[in-house]
Amino acid sequence: MLKINDLHARVENGTPILKGIDLEVKPGEVHAIMGPNGSGKSTLCQVLGGRDGYEVTSGTAEYLGEDLFALEPEERARAGLLLGFQYPVEIPGVKNIYLLKEAYNAQRKHRGEPEADTFQFLKLVREKLQMMQMDESFLHRAVNAGFSGGEKKRNEILQMLVLEPKLALLDETDSGLDIDALKIVSDGVNKLRSADRAIVLVTHYQRLLSYIEPDFVHVLSDGRIIKSGDKTLAEELERSGYLGIIEEAA
Amino acid sequence: MSANALSQHYAEQVRQIQDGLPPELPEWLAGRRRGAAQRFAAAGFPDPRQEEWKYTNVRPIATKPFATAEAVVAVSPETIAGLAFEGLDAYRMVFVDGRFRPELSDLEGLPEGVVVRSLSDMLGGEADRLEPLLGTLSHDRFSSFAAANMAFMSDGAVIMLGKGVRVERPLHLLLVGSAGSPAAWHHPRVLVQAAEESEVTIVEHYADLDGASGFTNTVTELRAEAGAQVRHYLVQDHADSAYHIGSVFVQQRRDSRVTSHNVNLGGRLVRHDLNIDLTEPGAEIELNGLFLVGGRQHVDTHTRVHHSSPNTTSREQYRGIGQGHGRGVFKGRVLVERGAQKTDAQQHSANLLLSPNAEIDTKPELEIYADDVKCAHGATVGQLDETSLYYLRSRGIGTEAARGMLVFAFADEVLERMELAPVRTSIERRLAARLPQAGVMEVFT
Repeated sequence: MLKINDLHARVENGTPILKGIDLEVKPGEVHAIMGPNGSGKSTLCQVLGGRDGYEVTSGTAEYLGEDLFALEPEERARAGLLLGFQYPVEIPGVKNIYLLKEAYNAQRKHRGEPEADTFQFLKLVREKLQMMQMDESFLHRAVNAGFSGGEKKRNEILQMLVLEPKLALLDETDSGLDIDALKIVSDGVNKLRSADRAIVLVTHYQRLLSYIEPDFVHVLSDGRIIKSGDKTLAEELERSGYLGIIEEAA
Repeated sequence: MSANALSQHYAEQVRQIQDGLPPELPEWLAGRRRGAAQRFAAAGFPDPRQEEWKYTNVRPIATKPFATAEAVVAVSPETIAGLAFEGLDAYRMVFVDGRFRPELSDLEGLPEGVVVRSLSDMLGGEADRLEPLLGTLSHDRFSSFAAANMAFMSDGAVIMLGKGVRVERPLHLLLVGSAGSPAAWHHPRVLVQAAEESEVTIVEHYADLDGASGFTNTVTELRAEAGAQVRHYLVQDHADSAYHIGSVFVQQRRDSRVTSHNVNLGGRLVRHDLNIDLTEPGAEIELNGLFLVGGRQHVDTHTRVHHSSPNTTSREQYRGIGQGHGRGVFKGRVLVERGAQKTDAQQHSANLLLSPNAEIDTKPELEIYADDVKCAHGATVGQLDETSLYYLRSRGIGTEAARGMLVFAFADEVLERMELAPVRTSIERRLAARLPQAGVMEVFT
C-alpha cells in the first residue's frame, strides 16, 4: 500500500531532517513509529501529507502503486490517504458539517459516484458521532474553533470514520489527551481497523499502544528508522527509554 | 477655490434652489434648504486634500452632470419583488429614483402608535411635526454631500414610534434607481424617531434596475430615546455603474440600544459616514460592517463613535474583502470625552486581499480623554490563512473550493450577527455569486 524508499527531506532550504527512511505498510497492518522529540516524526507526516514548505531531496514514496509526491494534498486524501493532525487547525466560520460533506463528496466525485443525499449523509454522520461520543451540536460548530484539546482529536477521528481512508496516518493523536479522551480516541481508531485498511501511528509515548495494539513498531532517531520489531519493542522502549535503544543501535 | 468646486451644471442647480423653492414650503424648511445650498456651493465637493476624504476622490461624481430626476419610471410589482429579499415578511416602502411609490408599497396593518409615511406626504400636511427632526441631527462638518441632500431633498421615509410601541415585523425601505437618461442624482432622507422603550427593525436597502448609473446621495437621521431598541440594516447593492454616498446620524439616549448592519456589495464609487452619538449613560451601539470590492469598485466607510456620556458601550466589527482592482477603505474613529468614564469601546477591522491589485486601507483612530475606560482596537489586512487551506485540502477538498469556503466563512462571521434570516441568506447568495469560487459555494447558501 505504502512503500517508502530511502527518503530524504528537509524544511525548505533548511538542514536535512529525514536522512533515509525505509518503510513498507501493507493493507490490514498497524504500524507505530516512535521517536523522541526532533527525530523527524512530524516532518515525515507532513511530507507524506504534502504540506508546502517541506522538500523531498531524494528517495521515493509509492502509494497504491502511484508516485505519492506527484499528488497534491487533496488528491492524496481523495485516494484514501488521510492525515490526522497533531494540532488540528481552527477554522472560524466553517461549520464541521460543511467540511465533512464537502470532503465526503470530493471523495465520491473522485470515484465517479454521485454526491451523497443529505438525509443519508446525516444518518451516516450521526452514527459516527455516537462512536466518538460527540454531541450533534458539534456539526454546527466551526471546525475546531474553541474546541478543547480532546475535542479536536476526537474530531480528527470523526473525520476518519466518515471518510474511511485506506491509509490513516495519525500524527501524535494521543498528545494532550486525558485518560478518558485517550480511550475514546483509541476506540475510534480501533473501529477503523480492517483487513483492507492500514494505520500508521506516530507517537512519542508508549501509552497509546496499550489501547491500539500495533503489528509493527519502528524507532525513529535522527531521521532514520534505527530499529523495527513487533509490539514488544514498545515495551522495551518503555523500560530502557529512547536513549537505551539509540545507544544499542549505534 | 478647491479642486472640486462646483461645475457650472451644479452651480445652476444650487441657484434654482435658492431662487425657486415652492412658496408653500414652511419657512423653517425653506431656510434650512437655502442655507444648505449655500454651504454646499461654498464647500464644493469634498476634496482628497481634506483629511476625511483622503482616500476617496469624488471627481467622477463632481465632473458628471447628474440631472434632477423628473420622469416617473414605470416599474412592475414583479420587478420590485425580484429586488426584495426573498422570504422577508415586512412592511415595505418603495422609492424609485428617490420618489415614494405608494402603489408598490405595503404598509397594511401597522400597529397603533406608529407613523410610517413618505417625507413628501408629511411635508404636505404636517410639516411642523418634522421641524424638530429634519436636519437637526445631520450636519455637514465631514461631508458637503449631507448639505447637498438637505438642499436638494427629494423625498424619503418618516418613521415615528410612540412610547413603548414595538413593531414586530421589520420595515423594509427599498430604494431603487432606474436606468433613466440622463443619469440623475437623488437625495432621499430617512428620519427615524424611536420614543422611550419602543422597538423596531428597519432595513434600508439600495438596489437598481438593470443599467442604472445614477447617483444616490442619502441622509439618515435616527434618534433612539431612553430604552429604545433599533436595529438598522443598511444594505447597498447598487448596479456596478452606480454611485452612492450615504451619511447616517444616530443619537442615543439612556439605555437605548442600536444595532447597525452595514453591507456593501455593489456600486462603482461608494462612501458611507456613520456618526454615532452616545449622549446618555447606558447607551449601547453595535456596528457590524462588511464590504466586498472587486472590478474597479471603490467603497469607503468612515465611522465616528462619540462617547459623550459615562457608561456607554460600542462594539464595532468591520470586515472587507478586496479582489480584482477593488479598493476599500475603513476608518473608525472613537472619541471618548473627559466625562465619559466607564466607557467600553471595542473596534475591530479585518480585511482580506484576494488579488495583488486590490487595495484596502484601514485606520483606527482612538481619542480618549477619560482615564477609567476600556478601549480596544485591532486592524488587520491579510491573505487567506495557508494552514487552514492546507487542512481543508488534506481532507480532499480542492484548492478552489477550500479558498471559497474560507472567504465565505470570513464574511459570514459578520453576517451571522444579523437577526433577519431572509436578509442574511439573500446577502450570502449575492456574496457567493460575486466570489470567484461561486460554483462551489452553492452548498453553503
